[in-house]
Amino acid sequence: MAKLESSFKNMVIALFGVTLIASAALGLVNDATIEPIAKAEMEKQTNAIAAVLTEFDSLGIAYKFLPSEGKDSIQIFPALNAEGEIISNAIKSYTYKGFSGYIEVMVGISNDGIISGYQVLKHAETPGLGSKMGLWFSNAEKPNQNVIGKSMSAGSLSVSKDGGSIDAITAATISSRAFLDAVNRAYSTINESGISTQKE
Amino acid sequence: MNQWKNFTKGFIKENPVFVLLLGMCPTLGTTGSAINGLSMGLATTFVLVMSNIVISLIKNLIPDKVRIPAFIVVIATFVTIVQMVMQAYLPALFESLGLFIPLIVVNCIVLGRAEAFASKNSVGSSAIDGIGIGLGFAFALTILGGVRELLGSGKIFNITIYPEQYGMLVFILAPGAFIALGYIIAIINRLNKQKA
Repeated sequence: MAKLESSFKNMVIALFGVTLIASAALGLVNDATIEPIAKAEMEKQTNAIAAVLTEFDSLGIAYKFLPSEGKDSIQIFPALNAEGEIISNAIKSYTYKGFSGYIEVMVGISNDGIISGYQVLKHAETPGLGSKMGLWFSNAEKPNQNVIGKSMSAGSLSVSKDGGSIDAITAATISSRAFLDAVNRAYSTINESGISTQKE
Repeated sequence: MNQWKNFTKGFIKENPVFVLLLGMCPTLGTTGSAINGLSMGLATTFVLVMSNIVISLIKNLIPDKVRIPAFIVVIATFVTIVQMVMQAYLPALFESLGLFIPLIVVNCIVLGRAEAFASKNSVGSSAIDGIGIGLGFAFALTILGGVRELLGSGKIFNITIYPEQYGMLVFILAPGAFIALGYIIAIINRLNKQKA
């Protein structure tokens, strides 16, 4: 078959045909993947909640709360004991102060303000430096850098360079400050929302 | 050109990264570890093969003056398919490659092969050309990722070779990509010269 001539009509038809087929194909793939994508994201969130909380019976209804400081609302997942009382909360906190901007951290905080665990959900920190925060702050052998088990009720956490009690990641103080900022935000949000301390 | 030569040229003689120096953005950006380099290479290979096949099928139906936009639409379609499938079934990988997956659309290797090869050759040779060049790209990215991962964090494919604290961090960061790439290109050039 000879090559089609570059007449106006041919060009319009060819481009229309190509885009039509392309969009139809994309529509089909989108239909096929939309469920697995939602499921994968859901699973990641559920896994993170389970990882940051210890000893809970069931999860309460998640809700969103807009803290007075900060522009985004924060999702809170209350964890219930067998009697249906809230014993701790998983808070999906964030900060924009990371070395490369946005960081999202799931933090588990019990009713008496003890951090039961955390998991970094999203970050773009430097590989090998700031990206270590996923493990650095949960190292049980290094009490000066471990935040798990620390109580938040005594005041917000800060790195030792700023006079705080937490050792920052070597060569990644900015990322460490950002991480603690997200953790502090989680605690202040849960305090502000008030529900964690209300016993019914 | 016979098909075997057509297939193997992408590996050494016309390796898109080490010899032609094409597609430098994903090469430098995604090779922080061997597994990232390999998966980026394989994603690009898939797009390259599929777009080569489709473009050589429709080459006579596309008028010359609009061939570039038509090619770009074909390539973008396959890239979006890769992106959605990866997000659905390999979410961890999708997160680590993130931004670079949509950037395959403007990868000059893919458009270059469409324009220089697929639009002039049969479907069969275009597919083989796509596989050859794509695997050459994947091979180059894996080597570069492996070198950087080994020197930077003492691991290859996450298997520890030596303790991480002796690693040279610079190789994980962007400047290390340039340094490692430069040395690899020098070695390849040396080998190619010896053969000639």
